[in-house]
Amino acid sequence: MDFSPELSLFVKLGDLAFIAVVAMTLGGALTAVLARQVIHAVLGLVLSLTGVAGLYAFLGNNFIAAMQILIYVGAVCISMVFAVMLSRPPAEEKRSSLREATKIALGLLVAFFTASAIGGALIKKHWTAASESISLGTTGEVGEALLTRNILAFELISLVLLVAIVGSVIIARRGRGSPASAGGEEL
Amino acid sequence: MIQPQYFGSLEVYLFIALALFTLGLYGLISRPGLIAMLISVELILNAAGLNFMAFNRFLIADKTTGATFTLFIMGLAAAEAAIALSIAVAVYRYRHSIIADELSEMKD
Repeated sequence: MDFSPELSLFVKLGDLAFIAVVAMTLGGALTAVLARQVIHAVLGLVLSLTGVAGLYAFLGNNFIAAMQILIYVGAVCISMVFAVMLSRPPAEEKRSSLREATKIALGLLVAFFTASAIGGALIKKHWTAASESISLGTTGEVGEALLTRNILAFELISLVLLVAIVGSVIIARRGRGSPASAGGEEL
Repeated sequence: MIQPQYFGSLEVYLFIALALFTLGLYGLISRPGLIAMLISVELILNAAGLNFMAFNRFLIADKTTGATFTLFIMGLAAAEAAIALSIAVAVYRYRHSIIADELSEMKD
């Protein structure tokens, strides 16, 4: 679990790859949170989620890394881009700057206290590793677990996705023909 | 292919996930737009998934457990994103604005 001496030399290519992946994750998350334009925030989210996929690959599970890219980057972020194009969000210009400053200060305060509480707990805690692995988490093993032990959750999440798709179609259609769209702003 | 035993420290992954969670929490509180808030929620969910995968990799004997949890988090996040984005589009059609502070009819 601890670093062997040759890893601390910082010359291995894998180290550089890990640093790049972590920088992608955190830099993308910073862009997603701080960008003024929403489309830039979506692009930062794409970068951050791709970095998390790289972290999943470093954790030894390539299947989850592929699913992360397929589901998050391929589906969620693309639908966000569609929503941005359909809703034309404002560039968040400086309106009512006192209120904005209050929200930013409150966010910083909550984020700082949460980070210090969890970080302090992380520093103090020491975990004990499992004695031996009984499975490696390969794609076949994950699929077998999904279709045997976790079959109920697997079916339930397909039901949840079906309900979410139907519900989102119904919700997104409801605004059509409303009084607000009568002013020639038909989408 | 990356070796499974390569970069081995649970705390590194936990601190990366903590940074993601904290950034998402800050964005959720400070951003005014609905889509920007949804982006922050996605960051928080990713931090949770990364925690599951890291604990699963280092502490759990059965390596399929964390992968299953992370897959379900991804599925729920996709469903939640679909619902929230359709609500944002519907609200924009009705109000021509998706600033969360201005959506206050239900308070009165």
